[in-house]
Amino acid sequence: MSLLKIEGLTKTFGGVHAIEDLSFTIQAGTIHSVIGPNGAGKTTLFNLITGIYAPTSGKILLEGWDIAHKPPYELAKLGLCRTFQNLQICFNMTAIENVMMGSHLHLNTSFLAALFRFPTLSQGDHECREQAAELMKLVGLSKYITADADSLPYGALKRLEIARALATSPRLLLLDEPAAGLNPKETAEIDEVIQKICQSGVTILLVEHDMKLVMNISDHILVLDYGKKLAEGKAEEIRNNTAVIEAYLG
Amino acid sequence: MLPPKRYHGLLLLAFIIMILPLFLTNNFHYDVAIHIGINAIVVVGLNLLIGYAGQISLGHAGFFGLGAYTSGILTANYAWPPLLALGAGVILVGLLAFLVAHPILRLKGHYLAMATLGLGMIISIVLSTEDRYTGGPDGMTVPSFSLFGWEILGEQNWYWIIGCLLLLSIWLALNLIDSPVGRALRAVHGSEVAAQVVGIDTIRYKILIFVISAIFASIMGSLTAHYTGFITPVIADFFHSIELVTMVVLGGMASTFGVVIGAFILTLLPQFLANVEEYEVMIFGLILILTMIFLPKGLLPTLIALKKRHTA
Ligand SMILES: Nc1ncnc2c1ncn2[C@@H]1O[C@H](COP(=O)(O)OP(=O)(O)O)[C@@H](O)[C@H]1O
Ligand SMILES: [Mg+2]
Repeated sequence: MSLLKIEGLTKTFGGVHAIEDLSFTIQAGTIHSVIGPNGAGKTTLFNLITGIYAPTSGKILLEGWDIAHKPPYELAKLGLCRTFQNLQICFNMTAIENVMMGSHLHLNTSFLAALFRFPTLSQGDHECREQAAELMKLVGLSKYITADADSLPYGALKRLEIARALATSPRLLLLDEPAAGLNPKETAEIDEVIQKICQSGVTILLVEHDMKLVMNISDHILVLDYGKKLAEGKAEEIRNNTAVIEAYLG
Repeated sequence: MLPPKRYHGLLLLAFIIMILPLFLTNNFHYDVAIHIGINAIVVVGLNLLIGYAGQISLGHAGFFGLGAYTSGILTANYAWPPLLALGAGVILVGLLAFLVAHPILRLKGHYLAMATLGLGMIISIVLSTEDRYTGGPDGMTVPSFSLFGWEILGEQNWYWIIGCLLLLSIWLALNLIDSPVGRALRAVHGSEVAAQVVGIDTIRYKILIFVISAIFASIMGSLTAHYTGFITPVIADFFHSIELVTMVVLGGMASTFGVVIGAFILTLLPQFLANVEEYEVMIFGLILILTMIFLPKGLLPTLIALKKRHTA
């Protein structure tokens, strides 16, 4: 079954076509990767799907419903969440609070309950903290559970973003270059984490430059070049596609 | 059983409030302590907006003044019961804050600072010019506060009332900050886009906390009017707004006890500046600038960080 369907999607900035007439489908339960050189439009595609940008034209269908032009927080309710290529961490909070904020939609967010700290609220908050600690363990951050966000190294912050996105219990998780800036050992760990997440039933849309990682874990690969689809298919099909080799893999 | 760690500071403050009268030897001392408490409550509310949610208001004195004058006019001219008049102030200020914040906070960028600056000025001008109701620049007298037939008079009674309200407002603020709503507010400051993709309606939270902080100011404005028994439009002017922001910045943004310390220092300061009163505005401006350059985190957070580094 297709979870997400993109139809004729276009986004222009000034005269630049960052995404041009792009169509593709993501099947539920798979790892779907998007590759392409810098400036190909991968992050723009993520910004369109998650509602940060409104498309110039085209459709984004989540299980048949057009979600284009919906704000990001509405899309989160529908089960979409993402991480960022350029970190978006709240450094005014502790590491675990960054993960806990991911549970926002599942918690009691009544203002009165918060002011007077109703027992049901503290109970829910307590469980949320335990869950967040579990998620931090899952992505390999057990030693930072009590740390402030600004004391974490870069690689740990990348994983903190994944844990935060998981706390929303997404159906579709978009990861924008989760292995960028990581050493090979950390990359292998991320590789394992992504597969674990997929096995738990979350569909994944992945942007990544590390070809080994992409070829290793993707069910399906989409190649973008100048905002347009250059090729699409299974990992081995992409590996042997001459157009892709010329344009990108070199 | 020990109370939760989050309330330790609150207990310490309760203890200080309880023993402080031993050192307050006359009504003038009590009066200064009461004004410290009033400012502290206002900035505990303002800090929720500035320190935690990262939004700036340069017009909170306007809300304070509007609360004060609503209470003053309704009780003095229309014989409303003070508590009802205070409630009317809350509704008026809450509505006004909502109506201003709603369009402004939809825009990206720091338009709130500009809008509140303008709003504060408008309020203070209206209070000066509508002298039919407000007495104009000369001010107006306000009857004392009474509740269920019990009249609150004298510095000592007010001291305990303001003391209790300060503890209550800190308790509420601490609860709020450490809750899903509080995390959403801090996320708005930390990374608005991250907040949005996890499902936080950031505009709604910004509006909410702006309205709440305005209501804090309104309530304290009302009580100040009854306590002092006489108000002038000066309480709503731009300088008072800057005083409040300086208390937040000096004490420590995003530190509830820090801003209480900020209120303490900056309410006491003018007592020592009695003979250089004309420089007061300049001195506050200087403190604001120096703090932002040399202590960007504010007094209390800097001290806590120093202590952490020392023990580590
Ligand atoms: N907000 C924006 N304003 C103007 N141009 C943009 C904006 N975002 C992206 N672009 C342009 O769109 C193109 C695609 O960028 P991006 O999606 O970041 O590429 P990628 O993530 O594949 O490296 C680039 O030419 C970039 O300059
Ligand atoms: Mg990118």
